[in-house]
Amino acid sequence: MTDLQPGASGVTAFLDIRDLTMQFGGLRAVSDFTMAVPEHGLYGLIGPNGAGKTTVFNMVTGLYQPTSGEIHFDGHIVNGLQPHEITHLGIARTFQNIRLFRNLTVLDNVRIAYHQHAGYALLEAVTRLGRFRRQERLLTEQAQDFLAVFGLHDRQLELAKNLPYGEQRRLEIARALAAQPRLLLLDEPAAGMNPNETETLMQLIRFVHDEFNLTILLIEHQMRVVMGICEWITVMDFGQVIARGTADDIQSNTQVIEAYLGKQFGKGLTSDAAAS
Amino acid sequence: MKRRFTIPTWIPTLVFAAAIYLAVRYATQTETITRYWYQVIQFAAITAISALGLNLIYGFNGQFSLGHVGFYAIGAYGSALITKDFGRNPWSGDRVGALSWIIAAQLGILLVLAAFRYLRIGRLRQRVRSTLASSLQPHECNVICLLLTLAITALILAAGYYATIGLHWVAYRLNTALYAALPQKLGVAVNFAVAILSGGTMAALVSYLVGLPLLRLGSDYFGIATLGFAIMMYTALQNSDLVIETMKGARGMVGIPPYTTWTWAFGALVVCAIIMRNLIRSSQGRAIISVREDEIAARAMGINVAQQKAMAFSFGGFFAGIAGALFAHLYGFLHPSSFNMIKGFDPLIIIVFGGLGSMTGTIVASIGFALLIEGLRVILPQGFEDWRFVIYPILLLLVMLLRQEGLLGTREWGWLRAPLPPDRDIPVPPRALAAQRAGGNNSEEA
Amino acid sequence: MNKAIARTALRGLVWLIYAALAAGIVWGIAYLVRINGPVYFVQSVIDGLRLGFVYALIALGYTMVYGIVRLINFAHGDVFMVGAFTSFYAISRYGWGFVPAILLAMIVCTLLNVIIERIAYKPLRNAPRIAALITAIGVSFFLEYFTALRWVFSADYITYKRPFEVVVWNLKGVLITNITVIIVGVTIGLLVLLQFIINRTKIGKAMRATSDDKPASRLMGINVDGIISLTFAIGAALAGAGGVLYAIAFPQIWTFMGIMPGLKAFVAAVLGGIGNILGALVGSLLMGTVDVMVVSFVPNGSRLRDLFAFLILIIVFLVKPTGIFGETQIEKV
Repeated sequence: MTDLQPGASGVTAFLDIRDLTMQFGGLRAVSDFTMAVPEHGLYGLIGPNGAGKTTVFNMVTGLYQPTSGEIHFDGHIVNGLQPHEITHLGIARTFQNIRLFRNLTVLDNVRIAYHQHAGYALLEAVTRLGRFRRQERLLTEQAQDFLAVFGLHDRQLELAKNLPYGEQRRLEIARALAAQPRLLLLDEPAAGMNPNETETLMQLIRFVHDEFNLTILLIEHQMRVVMGICEWITVMDFGQVIARGTADDIQSNTQVIEAYLGKQFGKGLTSDAAAS
Repeated sequence: MKRRFTIPTWIPTLVFAAAIYLAVRYATQTETITRYWYQVIQFAAITAISALGLNLIYGFNGQFSLGHVGFYAIGAYGSALITKDFGRNPWSGDRVGALSWIIAAQLGILLVLAAFRYLRIGRLRQRVRSTLASSLQPHECNVICLLLTLAITALILAAGYYATIGLHWVAYRLNTALYAALPQKLGVAVNFAVAILSGGTMAALVSYLVGLPLLRLGSDYFGIATLGFAIMMYTALQNSDLVIETMKGARGMVGIPPYTTWTWAFGALVVCAIIMRNLIRSSQGRAIISVREDEIAARAMGINVAQQKAMAFSFGGFFAGIAGALFAHLYGFLHPSSFNMIKGFDPLIIIVFGGLGSMTGTIVASIGFALLIEGLRVILPQGFEDWRFVIYPILLLLVMLLRQEGLLGTREWGWLRAPLPPDRDIPVPPRALAAQRAGGNNSEEA
Repeated sequence: MNKAIARTALRGLVWLIYAALAAGIVWGIAYLVRINGPVYFVQSVIDGLRLGFVYALIALGYTMVYGIVRLINFAHGDVFMVGAFTSFYAISRYGWGFVPAILLAMIVCTLLNVIIERIAYKPLRNAPRIAALITAIGVSFFLEYFTALRWVFSADYITYKRPFEVVVWNLKGVLITNITVIIVGVTIGLLVLLQFIINRTKIGKAMRATSDDKPASRLMGINVDGIISLTFAIGAALAGAGGVLYAIAFPQIWTFMGIMPGLKAFVAAVLGGIGNILGALVGSLLMGTVDVMVVSFVPNGSRLRDLFAFLILIIVFLVKPTGIFGETQIEKV
């Protein structure tokens, strides 16, 4: 359950990030970031705004090419691959600012995630012969079952842009899961939610983790979400790791509190102040 | 809640289509409409095919292409070369020279593309680059890689060239034998069908090649780049007599046998509509549309965006080529002015009017467009015919300012509509209750 | 040991290639100079630069508008055409002189562009970019066809009457007309004025701010709508002047004359880096020079000039889409 020692040779974690650096011209967004996530873990990555957390996600999912460093997933080298190839390997993600296919229906949003497993060729699609009918029906039924689990089945024919915010978030998570990943990256899933909604979201994440046997890495800006569900937390600031540990470790870590609240709170603090 | 039983959508659509077809045939045969209007109606169908192609590229895939007319021209002139001298061909002094060259050239290009894909030039370059990066400066690396790429490319192209010559030899023998075996009328019909298909495939191939470097550009840059392509194509056509004498450059290509009839035009439209509808209402179609909606999210969902863009662009080009081929054989002559930049905006205006992302809208708008342009010519008083070209941009401006989604938005009619998913009662595991309530805004929430 | 040898060998190869390229360019230019004589070569370059300066006036309008609202104003070339026609009527019908005519053309074009901006582009400012682009195309068509109507400008090719006598100087065989001098002079003058406005005045600062970040500029109290209209106005004034100068150089005008120069000026703006004023100038000079060189040296060049112009565009897009002076934009995910 512990974070494997970074750089330990011969031992590669399920998701193994080593010395990842991202430089945009003169700006160093991420420096020497190292993290190891074991299979079935529920890990958190936190830090103040602008710490570089989403940049790390973007590098893991192939949207950015790291300036240096390596990312290994289940034994494969992932840096340098195209985003869609990485998804095929089994990594799926959600986005900080929801990126649904707004003008498509809820059902279609999920069906797109099944595209890599569609099971029929272009020719069969155009001529409607061969495996098309069966596979399409299978695909659609799977998507519908999925939506039902997430309580979105009634809305399946509505356009994604017409859903209320909370359901859009849920749909985004459902869509990511429909891609049948083994590693799920959630980017600030609780953004814009009130405490009630956040609580149910936390239950959802736990449910998803257990039900689908996933490894989850979660970015959150709000401490309490992460404290509530993550087994192990890595804290970032200014592109670097400043702390690692369990929720308790982090809560009492001086550097972490300074990063969030400023230097004056760093000395002589209580857990309450840190957790608010 | 189970839905009421409804008639499968293809039945009313089929009846409607059959009715239109028969109505026009009857009208022509009884001479209720003049030959002039008969041609206008066929032109409407042809325009619809081309516009459907652009709608696939722009309406469904989101790539703003202004070069569609260039592919239309390729289909037109390419097919004309096949049929025009069928029987007396200047390229080899015999019946099927042009056709054989065209088939051989297309296969040759496909072989070259396959060679590039198979040899994984991209990965090779990456490996060379990484081995060299440690010892050499970046600019030196780039030069060596470029040299390597050029050398390999030259080899592959040379191989492709000789392969094409060989394929021509084979195609020529096969074609000669084939046409010798067929009776005259059937031979002519087969030749026309082959010409149309070749027009489509040539346009599709060129679309693919043009798309390779350009599709990765952003939306307005892609528009300008494709516009540049269309202008280059137009200039090439104006000067085609420098390369191929029969095309006669700016003087216009004449003597094309007028094979297009209502049956051919309408039949082609029906086939293209079927292909397009089947494509869009499938997983590949959804992937194409997702690229329009959000490229980054599509990538994250495992969609190879570059491949989808190339696929949509090639299909769109294919339709343009088919339309061009039918157009060439409608009036029997081709002039580069039919493919200039101004004419090139017609399909764009049509799909915007009809509604981007609506096949029905495109078809309706194409018919409206053809009839409008011709109809205004008749309606407007003498001396005011040129007002047509003032009215139609005004209409476009009105649409853009007042009703951007066009006539039908994304709505479809009949069989073109998306099939409804099966209506099922789905048992949900109780532990999923958390999943259902998460995030709030749920009607079931207490 | 082997690695070092290989490294030096490869290094040597690379420098050999560079040398070959340089030699090729030098030889190419020498060939061009030799083939028809140095006089012909210099004449082509000068004529090319002259055309380039006219393109620069148009390209600036494109680049400034794109910089501020990210719109490719397709109708810009037609504004150029209106400038030419305005001066034509001023000069032939009412006997105006050169300076009044060019000022009138600039004023008329400014008004036209501002009206177009308010009616057609402003309502779409928050719409997707392609919608504005399509609208620009519609405006362009409308201008071309409306002015082609018989009772407006008519669709004929009209011979332009120059407002002054042509004076030709012969410098060792190279012919330079006062037209060339006037074009270069006026263009440089307007460019200096533009640079002054943008870099040294408060309103120029407002323009730069609005280009960079509109919401922030609004918060700073800048009248963003006004600045945008001003940008369109300045662009149009320059294009109007360009239209007059072009008509003086190539004295035949018709309502579709703006399409090709407009597109080529746009390619020039892209080549130089769209949104960059120096880039627009450099790009235009290059485009103009290439255009005239193609006509002078390539067999059948006058028929193929458009092909080369857009070939340049394609090459720019393949190699460095942001242009010579452009900067790459990174999209934040």
